[in-house]
Amino acid sequence: MSKRYVLPGDLIVEGNPHLKPLANVIRIGDRLHATRIGIVEISQNSVKVIPLSGIYVPRVGDLVIGKVIDYSAMAWEVDINSCFLGHLPAQDVFGKEFSPGRDDLTKRFNIGDVIACRILNFDRTRDPLLTVADKDLGKISEGEVVKISPTKVPRLIGKRGSMIQMIEQLTRCRIVVGQNGVLVVTGVNKDAVHVAVKAIRMVEEGAHTVNLTERVKEMLQGVQVGR
Amino acid sequence: MSRLMSEEGIRIDGRRWNELRPVRIEVGVLKNADGSSYIEFGKNKIVVAVYGPKEVHPKHMALPDRSVLRCRYHMLPFSVEERKNPAPSRREIEISKITREALEPALILEDYPRTVIDVFIEVLQSDGGSRCAGITAASVALADAGINMRDLVAACAAGKVGGRIVLDINDEEDKMGEADMPVAYLPNLKQVSLLQLDGKLTADEYRECLNLAISGCMQVYSIQREALMRKYFATDKRGGDEGGGGEEE
Repeated sequence: MSKRYVLPGDLIVEGNPHLKPLANVIRIGDRLHATRIGIVEISQNSVKVIPLSGIYVPRVGDLVIGKVIDYSAMAWEVDINSCFLGHLPAQDVFGKEFSPGRDDLTKRFNIGDVIACRILNFDRTRDPLLTVADKDLGKISEGEVVKISPTKVPRLIGKRGSMIQMIEQLTRCRIVVGQNGVLVVTGVNKDAVHVAVKAIRMVEEGAHTVNLTERVKEMLQGVQVGR
Repeated sequence: MSRLMSEEGIRIDGRRWNELRPVRIEVGVLKNADGSSYIEFGKNKIVVAVYGPKEVHPKHMALPDRSVLRCRYHMLPFSVEERKNPAPSRREIEISKITREALEPALILEDYPRTVIDVFIEVLQSDGGSRCAGITAASVALADAGINMRDLVAACAAGKVGGRIVLDINDEEDKMGEADMPVAYLPNLKQVSLLQLDGKLTADEYRECLNLAISGCMQVYSIQREALMRKYFATDKRGGDEGGGGEEE
């Protein structure tokens, strides 16, 4: 599969009615055009562009890390680093028997709390609906929050998690990666977290270069030898 | 022959009738903006910052089916020879409006309902044709911000100076020439999104002038492309181990 770089408006394919435009591709007449700066991926019956810049747009099923910024009697509002605010209903945490009179929302999550959640539903007409009802979801009580560009998240994870696992193993840190570009790093000590953050920044800056895994590995091993 | 055009057809700044001023574009010059660009278009120096899509405040301004595009064209007090009052003038309000209308057809605003996209165009130093330079830079900054777009927007003016139709009017030619026609163009969709005309042209001159302006837009477009390509694909070594793409499990 060849890699082609495109800018918004660039013609990708002309006169092939069987190709379906997927992410960041639009059909104008019988032509498919890119709508973002990115790399074209053409498969047998569809075309998509992997974007290289831009904000996070929620997708159902994504794990995101957000910060509680407000609450009402029935729900929390969560900043998920997007143009839409996450909406976490109180029933999701307290169960069906939730009563706004009896249950106090701040007992579970207060303003300023960082939480890991999943996008349960989103259709752009309403704010994304979040859930914390799953294992590994919920309040994050310790760790360092790191923000990277959401478009670099797939690169940080790597193929089948190769990159992130390598960083985790070599720094003995745990890294929770939100698809919205927010990460939480927890480690045995400050130095370990510092090194992991350095590796993450290295991946972010060199996301478009080859042999990145090798170079990050070298850097991490060099640091460990020195310690 | 007038002062603006010599016998040999050389213009006041040494250009021929169909030549652009030197254009240079840089992408991603501001760290705190979601997208940004800097353009030098002749003596014009303009910085553009794009913020968004983001939540709308006040909330009643939000549209349920698409994003709101807000543009501000502003000239800094030191951008002209005599200090300019920084308050938005009648001219700046007009240019803000036509900039928004020139950019709107290129953006897919339906992709971001209930949000706003802010575009700030700050003119550091002005020469003729700053609205075209502003639109050109704004479109690059919007692409840098990663907002879905149908096409880029390239803008360039043409006009009539010393009895001849010429490309890319500069400040002196604008003030003393016979006509000035700024045009913004969507190069892939082949659509004109801005067309103004200050001055008088015959029907034939009008057609010639429009075609010349569009050819200027295509030259500007290639400079925009080059700037974006340089920023995003400079190392040109993408691919390799994990690929730039997904983590498909």
